[in-house]
Amino acid sequence: MPATPGGTGLILEEATLFDLSRPGRKGASLPAVSTSFNVSKHLPADLLNTDGPNLPELSEPEVNRHFVRLSTWNYNKDAGFFPLGSCTMKYNPKVNEWSARLPGFAASHPYQPLETVQGNLELLYNLEKFLGEVGGMECVTLWPNAGAHGELTGIQIMRSYHLAKGNARKSIIIPDSAHGTNPASTALCGYSVIQVKSNEKGHLDPEAVAKVMTEDVAGIMVTNPSTLGLFETHLPEVAEIVHAKGGLVYCDGANLNALMGVAKLGHCGADIMHYNLHKTFSTPHGGGGPGAGPVGVKKHLEPFLPVPRVVKDGDNYTITEDCPQSVGRVRAFFGNFGVLVRAYTYIRELGADGLKLATQMAVLNSNYILAKLKDDYQPAQKERPLHECILTDKKQQEFGVKTLDIAKRLMDYGFHPPTVYFPLIVPGAMMIEPTETESKEACDQFITAMKEIARECEATPEKVKSAPHRTFRRRLDEAKAVKEPKLIWKK
Amino acid sequence: MRYIPHTSDDIREMLADIGTARVEDLFSTIPEKLQVKEPLNLPKALSEPELMAELTRLAAKNTNATTTASFLGAGAYNHYSPTLVNTLIQRSELLTPYTPYQAEIAQGTLQIIFEFQTMVANLLGFDLANASMYDGSTAMAEAALMAMRITKRKGIVVAHTAHPEYRAVLDNIITPPGAKIQLAAFASTGLMDLDQLKSQVNNTTAAVIVQSPNFFGGIESISKIADIAHAVGALCIVVVTDPTSLGLLKSPGAQGADIAVAEGQSFGLGLQFGGPNLGLFATKNEFLRMMPGRLVGETTDAEGRRGYALAFATREQHIRREKATSNICTNQALCATAATIYMATIGKQGLQQVATLSLERAVQLRKRLGKIKSISFPFSAPTYNEFVVRLPIAAADAVHKLTSKNILGGVALSRWYANQPNDLLVCTTELTQPGHIDDLGRALEEIL
Repeated sequence: MPATPGGTGLILEEATLFDLSRPGRKGASLPAVSTSFNVSKHLPADLLNTDGPNLPELSEPEVNRHFVRLSTWNYNKDAGFFPLGSCTMKYNPKVNEWSARLPGFAASHPYQPLETVQGNLELLYNLEKFLGEVGGMECVTLWPNAGAHGELTGIQIMRSYHLAKGNARKSIIIPDSAHGTNPASTALCGYSVIQVKSNEKGHLDPEAVAKVMTEDVAGIMVTNPSTLGLFETHLPEVAEIVHAKGGLVYCDGANLNALMGVAKLGHCGADIMHYNLHKTFSTPHGGGGPGAGPVGVKKHLEPFLPVPRVVKDGDNYTITEDCPQSVGRVRAFFGNFGVLVRAYTYIRELGADGLKLATQMAVLNSNYILAKLKDDYQPAQKERPLHECILTDKKQQEFGVKTLDIAKRLMDYGFHPPTVYFPLIVPGAMMIEPTETESKEACDQFITAMKEIARECEATPEKVKSAPHRTFRRRLDEAKAVKEPKLIWKK
Repeated sequence: MRYIPHTSDDIREMLADIGTARVEDLFSTIPEKLQVKEPLNLPKALSEPELMAELTRLAAKNTNATTTASFLGAGAYNHYSPTLVNTLIQRSELLTPYTPYQAEIAQGTLQIIFEFQTMVANLLGFDLANASMYDGSTAMAEAALMAMRITKRKGIVVAHTAHPEYRAVLDNIITPPGAKIQLAAFASTGLMDLDQLKSQVNNTTAAVIVQSPNFFGGIESISKIADIAHAVGALCIVVVTDPTSLGLLKSPGAQGADIAVAEGQSFGLGLQFGGPNLGLFATKNEFLRMMPGRLVGETTDAEGRRGYALAFATREQHIRREKATSNICTNQALCATAATIYMATIGKQGLQQVATLSLERAVQLRKRLGKIKSISFPFSAPTYNEFVVRLPIAAADAVHKLTSKNILGGVALSRWYANQPNDLLVCTTELTQPGHIDDLGRALEEIL
């Protein structure tokens, strides 16, 4: 077994689709149009695009080769270690892809009569229950499309709850360690953000919260475990402070992979939380989506959940939209249903013990990597981390090397870099989340590469600073992409 | 557990390196009283064969469009997806990477997004398109928010003939930030009532939103609507729920729209009970910095070679936080990849043929149903592949009766348009079998 997987190989260049297009080529096989059919008899001339749609023209083998070549330029989870902190890049089970493609699911239409989609509704109803159980929440909606959409839905629920009491309130408290989506989602709901500083350990500070919590504040938005990979020990105390002034507690479940079967956010004082099915529940990231961001709430917030609601009636499943206090509809149809099928498949395979074991091994891997690298890189966490560990470039700065350089150099060794420069409160952060699906050997290879890079930072810093050297492309000029914007292909 | 490689030896060695005795010790930072004592109450774990049997059982409880005649549309369309699309998107290299923040090792995803932006912009008739929104409904709401930012106004006038669930999402997303929404009525043609629209817009109107083909199937006069919006300094937003229509119809951009959004599901994604699907979003260069969503730009690498990177990220939440143009982070990248492969495969001639076939089947269906005396067609506007049929009985009852004859006969409009109880929305695509058209005709003759 090699010490690290970074190798070399032939990579094929490929032009754009538009360079490859030749007039008259066809890539699809379609039924014939009747020779007697004349479009202009049925549509007025002024509505028609007489030039035809502006799409390229290629044969199927060319299209296939094009995308196969392009695909080989991507690092991907299936090919290697992908320790992106906060992103939970775990293995995406192949049986999930199989189940989502069963024609009964994949070819069902959202407006079919309900008696013809009982399988879908049963799956949705049960998935709500499963997620509720994992998070300690009594009611769940599955419709938000992604984590940020779940946040928006959650904050809308908070707003509707306060409006029902007569006053939407003005602002929401968010710690300085939060993901950027938290303040962005809050602002979209018309709330201002009160940022509170984390304490010296990176924890939520009850005193800081107490100082700003008033009856003008709708609630608090907290990530637990925090973006520092630490359990927010003071969350119940903070929840009490917020609840005492009539506020609600929102928990961002981005890091739920650290808690399954170990702790429940609903027991920590959270009134609302969201789940990231594309993180914790193994659905593929797809180069940036699709995800799913279900939202769980405590019973007293159920009336505010989005419509439709899936209801069980004896042995039958139905839906209702008769929810007068609901925040309304967050999306057409039934959410990212195909993603929900994958998550359901995953939960059914793992069961309670499997989910708990996943959490335990995720935390074991992160602690193991920290233990092995803590002498080479300055750790940022001042207590035992959960599913992710954070190292910094403090030691390497002395040689003029920074986090970004280390990240790029990791590529040469065959690894995807960790999340870098996040959380914002840790200067030069490298946030490493190995997940449970990586073996000890895979962790060891990553550790070897990190140690080797630490040595290089001292001995040959220029080599690190000019990395990557072995990738398909070297560092890209991101400033040029903005200064001379070329956002679509032109002749 | 097959997804977890750790042996008991591995665990012991790793714990030794960590300097702790038990896995449970790793959770010592969680206060004892917050730790869960009981196992999660979930159904027992399943082996793969058991799992496959369970999922097969659930899927088999559904009726689906591969085995049943279906005339359902209304925002989700049963179009053909070339085998190549589903084959390629299952490649690990496309299925399992993250958002392409590390450009050097994500050039495949980045070039695909660049090609996606190009084709979407070209089809919708604009300078730019983003790298996807969640779906058509949320894209429409994002377009409204963008118009509010551009015009610094709060009024949104939306066609009553825009998809009812899109309008519901519009309410949900733009009401909290303070928008005032008005409905623009439709005339007897089934198209937007332009005289009434003129009286509704004024110097507080940020945008007029029109769907075309609209929810009743009618093709709107976008240029006239755009003129009315522009006359009061408002923007014109066009929504397209079935973009195969662009195989025949003029693009929204060519007709004077300022922003176009579309549901990309028709481009190879299949029905999937309505998701995941894909929001397409295109606009003019001048609005670049006001636009939501991810963008990829062409650039060069350190050796001067062509390459791609994320661009204009300073609009986005991870940089701008509460001042971002949108909160969107995870989008629909794999769906955008599928749509890119679809557009490349179907090509110029193919999309024209898909559109022509969808129209031809609709013409055949209208002709067949027109033979039934008790059926009428309430709207006179030209249509693409969807139209409204007025029955002599409640459409919801007819749907129910057709279902018992194993025909998914259409969507009853009464759930959204209470004073159109007998109206049924029907849809055809290139997959509509001529025999099924006759089956529907005969079934309706029996029922009515």
